[in-house]
Amino acid sequence: MPTPFFVLEVALSGLLAGLLYSLVALGFVLIYKASGVFNFAQGALVLLAALVFVRATEIFDAMGPATVGFWAALLATMAVMVLVAAAIERFLLRPLVNQPPITLFMATIGLTFLIEGISQMIWGSRVYTLDLGIPDEPWIIHGLYIGKIDLFAAAVAIAMVIALAVFFQFTRIGRALRAVSDDHQAALSIGIPLNFIWVVVWSLAGMAALFAGLVWGAKLGVQFSISVVALKALPVLILGGFTSIPGVIVGGILIGVSEKLAEVFVGPVVGGAIESWFAYVLALAVLLVRPQGLFGEKIIERV
Amino acid sequence: MTPASAAAHAAPATGTILKLDDVSLSFGGIKAVQGVTFDIRPSEIRAIIGPNGAGKSSVLNIINGFYRPQRGTITFKGRARSYMSPYEAARGGVARTFQNIALFKGMTTLDNILSGRLLKVRSSVFEQALQVGRAVREELDQRQHVERILDFLEIEHIRKTPVGQLPYGLQKRVELGRALAMEPDLLLLDEPMAGMNLEEKEDMCRFILDVREEFGAAIALIEHDIGVVMDLSDRIAVLEYGRLIADGAPEQVRNDPAVIAAYLGAKR
Amino acid sequence: MFYRDSGLIKTTYKADRAIFPVDQDRWAIVALVGLAFLVPAVASEYWLSSILIPFFIFSVAAIGLNILVGYAGLLSLGTGGFMAVGAFAAYNFAIRIPELNIIVVLILAGLVSAGVGIIFGLPSLRIKGFYLAVATLASQFFIEWLFVRVPWFTNYSTSGVISAPAVQIFGYDMSGAAQRYLIVLAMTVAVAVTAKNMVRSAIGRSWMAIRDMDVAAEIIGVRPLRTKLVAFAVSSFYCGLAGAMWVFFYIGTVEPQAFDLNRSFQILFMVIIGGLGTIVGCFFGAAFVILLPILLDNLFALLGTGGHADLLSHAQMAIYGALIIILLIKEPHGMAKMWQIFRQRMRIWPFPY
Repeated sequence: MPTPFFVLEVALSGLLAGLLYSLVALGFVLIYKASGVFNFAQGALVLLAALVFVRATEIFDAMGPATVGFWAALLATMAVMVLVAAAIERFLLRPLVNQPPITLFMATIGLTFLIEGISQMIWGSRVYTLDLGIPDEPWIIHGLYIGKIDLFAAAVAIAMVIALAVFFQFTRIGRALRAVSDDHQAALSIGIPLNFIWVVVWSLAGMAALFAGLVWGAKLGVQFSISVVALKALPVLILGGFTSIPGVIVGGILIGVSEKLAEVFVGPVVGGAIESWFAYVLALAVLLVRPQGLFGEKIIERV
Repeated sequence: MTPASAAAHAAPATGTILKLDDVSLSFGGIKAVQGVTFDIRPSEIRAIIGPNGAGKSSVLNIINGFYRPQRGTITFKGRARSYMSPYEAARGGVARTFQNIALFKGMTTLDNILSGRLLKVRSSVFEQALQVGRAVREELDQRQHVERILDFLEIEHIRKTPVGQLPYGLQKRVELGRALAMEPDLLLLDEPMAGMNLEEKEDMCRFILDVREEFGAAIALIEHDIGVVMDLSDRIAVLEYGRLIADGAPEQVRNDPAVIAAYLGAKR
Repeated sequence: MFYRDSGLIKTTYKADRAIFPVDQDRWAIVALVGLAFLVPAVASEYWLSSILIPFFIFSVAAIGLNILVGYAGLLSLGTGGFMAVGAFAAYNFAIRIPELNIIVVLILAGLVSAGVGIIFGLPSLRIKGFYLAVATLASQFFIEWLFVRVPWFTNYSTSGVISAPAVQIFGYDMSGAAQRYLIVLAMTVAVAVTAKNMVRSAIGRSWMAIRDMDVAAEIIGVRPLRTKLVAFAVSSFYCGLAGAMWVFFYIGTVEPQAFDLNRSFQILFMVIIGGLGTIVGCFFGAAFVILLPILLDNLFALLGTGGHADLLSHAQMAIYGALIIILLIKEPHGMAKMWQIFRQRMRIWPFPY
């Protein structure tokens, strides 16, 4: 019989893992909201950002003190992600404008392969360590183990959501983004430059990918499997709804916690490793009750 | 309630194909249809008019099962019910065209109209896969029937064209063709002439009259062109803000003070 | 110049409805299929076993997926899972009831897969579009897990690699490359013909109606759930069949890893590249996906970069991705559309129009 304490500990680790899923899902929601594109490549972007960061750290570390190196590498990676966003806009979104959503979705699968292929061509398939300077030893509060890196991840995730909420609510560009997500044609007609908006959104998604990549890279090492774990962002999206930023956080926590609890307490009964599908089946079950997800906008069909 | 609609209400149930009785529908707080009662007789052309947002399309959507009214009964071919599903409606012989064309864009004219006959198909998926037994015979029968409709609507030349590539007026005709392929007893036309030029409108009017003549279907018609409505229809129901404000023959409705007020915007 | 449809006047609806209405097309396809059956006489063991057999098996799976995605408009990322069901069902039928004829085993495997497809298709009534695509991932991961974790399915085999039993038809040994090729070819022809028949019949029109506009489909009396479930069943039947053929005629072993998420994506690519909503496109797509790596291999060998197997596979991945994007931009309707345009040109050649 598990003690309540153990249950709490498992739930907590799930919660922190869930926030990481949220970080990936966040980039996804940004793009979906602003361009209606189901961006399958978000996981690949996470991998790319982490790899670029590792490389940049190596370069800058060789040049100067470590603290400066970190920030320089961060800025450099951000710049690369903006360039990638611009390239995606120019060579993928622009030629495919007005194509049905499924075509764009397929194109982002192609993009996934392209990014994963190229980054592995450059960096190979070995595992890189990524050191954020956060000590590995956990805090112990009343006997409860909390990883510092996990807490850092949680803080980053929450900070990003707050920053984005502020951005959408209070800046000119944020309002333009909301207008675009409501109606492309209408946004165009009042003079919102759609192409520029797309670059902004994909850059933002690139930032979200970067933060997710940093935290994950620090936890698990930077390696190909990051983009596979990123697939877990999909059930999070389903739970939270494709268009809701707070939904992503709640969805991530729900998925993370229930997945860990199920793995630890149900897993052994049925043969283990149910982590591979539990999140998806949970999301599916929720969809059956609420087809638009927990926080998605209700789809009203008009004829 | 005006005297005209009271009279319709009192009419015997026989000789009607469809009757809505005190039907109400609301979305959240918005009352789209409020206590509407009216009937449609076999083979008549029945117009529903009214300003934008009066609930005309909602009434059609109730008849063919898209919306489930909160109150009231729908009596179709003698059977009363509170809700008729789209499938039941289709089975019972209700066909429909839409205000914004609802064709199958990826399919040809021929396939679109053939799809109107899906309910007539008896052969199993298995027979269709192997092209044995009823499947082949049926397919050829369907084709023959559809060719008659193509001929009737004068669209034989575009039978193999994907409908997405057709001009608006022709798409409207194909949509009518698909509805006719169902061999309906009741045909619901939602603004069949919207956005058409005079010539296209005249063609469409001719088709509507011919449909009644050749296929004997009752037609419920939503249309904004009052001239067309007055010429075509046997009886007209007038809706405003979800309520039935007048119902009767064209002359009768034309002179109804409530209708004049609704259309001219006079104070009541 | 000889490829013309002028002067070809169809006098019956039956002739107009034929799969290949242009005479030359019909002769060409009959000749092609005939030649395909003669291939073992000339082709090497390598060509048969490593290229042609997987090509046909992939084509079958692609046809299955295309029915779901291209015709019924239901995006699925769970093809690998359904192939796995077919593979494991066939394996279990074959070892548990050894006296069953292999054809019967294949069909039973397809039926089991169809049943599983129906179960996982049930949510499709309420879930649409991308939400459904993610939901199909649930089936993919769940099925993969099931075959790895539940030992009954692998007949409590302790080794990682489980060999499929040898195949015999009426006492004839079918393990030679030529025999396996012939049976796979025959099955593929059967699948292609039945699939084409379905999509040009009533059921195909109901699928396309649901795909193009589900509301309008309902008013003409199409029952959405039933229609979608039939699509799931037929699609999974073909995918399951492909999975079973994979085990018995291609790899010879049963392992869940052969049907992972990457397999699902691979089949999806064939369908997109070949052309959504076409049967012939499935063959183009399968050929493309199979031949591209071989082509790149040879290209890299020519450039003298052979030996870097890792780099090679990553380069392949990148080129793959880039080609998909380019193809979607140039011709979103896939290779089938290019083929159609080419034939249109041929019809009026040598005149420009």
